[in-house]
Amino acid sequence: MSYIGYKSAIERVVQVNFQLQKDIFISFFRAGMLGYGGGPATIPLVHKEVVDTYKWMDDEEFSDVLAIGNTLPGPIMTKMAGYIGYRVGGYTGMTNALAATILPTVVIMIALISFLVSFRDSPIVEGMTNSIAPVVGVMLFMLAFNFLRSSKKDLGWGLAIGLGVVSLIAFELVGLHPAILIGAIIIYALVKKTPSKQTKEGES
Amino acid sequence: MIEYWHIFLAFFIPGIVGYGGGPASIPLVEYEVVQRYEWMTTSEFGEVLALGNALPGPIATKMAGYIGYDVGGVLGAIVAVSATVLPSLIAMIILLKLLLKFKDSPKIKRMTALIRPAIAILLAVLAYQFFATSYEGAGLVQTLILIAASFFLLERWNIHPAFVIIGALTYGAVFLS
Repeated sequence: MSYIGYKSAIERVVQVNFQLQKDIFISFFRAGMLGYGGGPATIPLVHKEVVDTYKWMDDEEFSDVLAIGNTLPGPIMTKMAGYIGYRVGGYTGMTNALAATILPTVVIMIALISFLVSFRDSPIVEGMTNSIAPVVGVMLFMLAFNFLRSSKKDLGWGLAIGLGVVSLIAFELVGLHPAILIGAIIIYALVKKTPSKQTKEGES
Repeated sequence: MIEYWHIFLAFFIPGIVGYGGGPASIPLVEYEVVQRYEWMTTSEFGEVLALGNALPGPIATKMAGYIGYDVGGVLGAIVAVSATVLPSLIAMIILLKLLLKFKDSPKIKRMTALIRPAIAILLAVLAYQFFATSYEGAGLVQTLILIAASFFLLERWNIHPAFVIIGALTYGAVFLS
């Protein structure tokens, strides 16, 4: 390869990486700045960016990320951002995604705190908080519905709905912590000997 | 120096014992910040939390960043945010790297399939909590209007969430204030 060939190859690599890092930054910046109600409210927005807009992951991988994220302690949004950034763009991507998630809101918070104090009891802020909640609810509900529909493909309606009902009872009626149930499912799936029937379903 | 160590501990402990995302770890942060290190009073903490909730983005890092900055300047903010984020993120990367390595094994495939309904229910429960917030704050009629409007805009007409969110905030500022 000639010198010029090398040079343009290097330039191309640098350019591709730069473009990718820009996309990573934009996607997590957008999800962070549009997410009202803390990290969990940003899950559907991150899903939209990562699965729909940039297609870095499919639904299955995204739900694995959510599952592992929920079995581990700590804030969920930064775990998602850090891991997805790392998976897509290495350690640079991880740092980049974290910066895009954390920095803008922290800087706004520190810079505007005295200004915000005067708005604390404003009915406008309260109205905005109330009006954004149903929108976040609809986004979370649609994501839940999509996950349930996609698990029908792997498990069939019976098992998918059965597991859903068991989870609902465990979370809401028994008050079992989600991390315990998800942890139990993970251990069950890994430890139990693979029966031939389920293997075929998983592979088909 | 000891101050930065305290900042680190105050946010490291809620980060590794708090399950259920940032909002669930807030009471643990409050215990460290108000009870143990006495950097703030309960009412000051409540005020900072209320302001944090009025801004977008994850709440745990906003609280860590602000309180860290308040106690120890820019370096304090960096220490607090790192203590909140890094421990669980490192565990996450290690676990998912393992998972990715074995992603073609039938056991991992089965695990992925079996987990998904539980994750779906977890998201549905979260959705319900947001509906309940709005029902308590804005009443049934407004909540139903907003649910119907955002459903049609997002799902039927495929409007980008950014516009729907900005629209909802404007609606809330004008009609629900």
